[in-house]
Amino acid sequence: MIDQSQNQKMISANDGASFGVGSSGETLYVQHFKNDEARFLGYYLEKLQGYSALKYAFGMTPAAVVDEMKKSNLRGRGGAGFPTGIKWGFINDKTPFPRYLVCNADESEPGTFKDRDIMRYTPHLLIEGMVIGGFAISANVGYIYIRGEYTREAKLLQEAIDEAYEKGYLGKNILGSGFDFDLTVHRGAGAYICGEETGLLNSLEGKRGEPRVKPPFPAQAGAFGKPTIVNNVETLANVPFIVNRGGDWFSKLGRLERSGGTRLISVSGHVKKPGVYEIPAGSMTVRQIIYDLCGGLLNDRKLKAVIPGGSSAPVLTADEIDVIYDIDPLMKINSMLGSAALMVVSDEYCVVKLIHRITKFYAHESCGQCTPCREGCHWMESIIERILHGKGREQDLALLSDIADNIGGKTLCALGDAAAGPVASFVKKFKPDFEAYIRGGKHA
Amino acid sequence: MAKLLSEKFYSEMKKLEPRYPTKVALLLPALHAAQDENGWLSPEVLEEVAAYIGIHPAQAREVASFYTMYNLKPVGKYHIKVCTNVACVLRGADGLVSHCEKRLGIEVGQTTADRRFTLHEEECLGACGTAPAMMLNNDYHEDLDAQKLDRILDQLP
Repeated sequence: MIDQSQNQKMISANDGASFGVGSSGETLYVQHFKNDEARFLGYYLEKLQGYSALKYAFGMTPAAVVDEMKKSNLRGRGGAGFPTGIKWGFINDKTPFPRYLVCNADESEPGTFKDRDIMRYTPHLLIEGMVIGGFAISANVGYIYIRGEYTREAKLLQEAIDEAYEKGYLGKNILGSGFDFDLTVHRGAGAYICGEETGLLNSLEGKRGEPRVKPPFPAQAGAFGKPTIVNNVETLANVPFIVNRGGDWFSKLGRLERSGGTRLISVSGHVKKPGVYEIPAGSMTVRQIIYDLCGGLLNDRKLKAVIPGGSSAPVLTADEIDVIYDIDPLMKINSMLGSAALMVVSDEYCVVKLIHRITKFYAHESCGQCTPCREGCHWMESIIERILHGKGREQDLALLSDIADNIGGKTLCALGDAAAGPVASFVKKFKPDFEAYIRGGKHA
Repeated sequence: MAKLLSEKFYSEMKKLEPRYPTKVALLLPALHAAQDENGWLSPEVLEEVAAYIGIHPAQAREVASFYTMYNLKPVGKYHIKVCTNVACVLRGADGLVSHCEKRLGIEVGQTTADRRFTLHEEECLGACGTAPAMMLNNDYHEDLDAQKLDRILDQLP
């Protein structure tokens, strides 16, 4: 059950406001965002008990760290929502060496910009999380694969890594524990598909970022063919909090049974106050986020559509926003939380133009390996384009749904589903808007 | 053949080498560094990068051509990349693109005759909360409108 009264207490990173945050509405991140001092080691040590979790973890067995992660009910923050503790548990005594820990900082899902704030304002959380993660899976090498466009964030991360090396939080025999861990920032070069973990691994290896056939999964054969765990930035940044304060405490921060912690959400589009917000996982509905957190719609327009989880997520209509904003509730209504990127669309923007823009993106970003995705995305784009130009045919909507159906679930990676789901949902939920073009003589 | 890439390039790569178990893993960092020096990746530069890594030039091109940030054609001194993905178009990115086209007298994909500006549309930059956004060479500019864009371009040396 959700306690509505607590929802007023969330902090917005956007305006730096700080309300009286009760223990039940605790935030871990946003109070440090927008603060240019927060990225330095001194601040981290003083204000965030920096590297104390690492010391604590070194007193535990790696298996005990993994158990704590399991207790935390932390689900991956990159988009798939896989339980982090279970993922780490895929590496066990029998797993061969060397092993790698890779941070997915590609943040390529349109609408998502929360990891950027972690990297530029609290990079040491990520670094400490990675050292602990490395310790838990007995990996001595880690990579942060950051999208190429984030040049400034890569530089800030590198500066923080240099600080950590200098003070002995990275490198050989960290804090006298006997554990070694080296961390390298690796820049991507502009490819959405490198946010897919096996595309990312190929890219890290100096190849085209084409996703791999699975199995084998990364935990069996990942980076350089070796056992590898790939975790998102926010996922790893949560690790020091979990080790310091316990998996149970973290789990209870969330308001749903299987979803622990707080959640950073990226809100963009037609709201008065877009930005990164932090809420207890599962504590608010989409409506509350739009109207209570973000001040409602820009120019007080009428809500037309909400894309709840990055552009890959099936769209919601204005009638569907009373859903709790978390993994399971959104899945129940056939959409998804994805990377928790909420894009709000008012009635001033045409939804047919919008799905055309989304589809153009996937057609551009399809890596081309799988025929359904490579061909289908372009066909969907072309068909929506002709509808927009007033040349749509009556059967085009059924054709679009059919193509989407022939892409979804029939490709090596999730890009196919990411392209198909939105098209199918827009066609189903906004039929009259398409028909205005096809029958009504409307054209762009 | 005279080397096109600087000593700095080679010493940087030397420093990176021990960070990876294979030399091919240096390809993306090497392409970035080579492009930073030359503005783009000419066939000759690609060949030199490939020789350093120990791969065929075709392999270097195969990889470079996969990623949008590597320029396989020359670009202007200032490379403008306006994000036109969802969050940015909702906040007026289309207007910014046409403003750039009008101001620079070129279309998307073109370079001005004096080779000062190249204009491209870009997919999501991850700056959606401060949309619309663009990259100018390696730097982000956010919360843009036509006036702000003009001020930024006016101030370029």
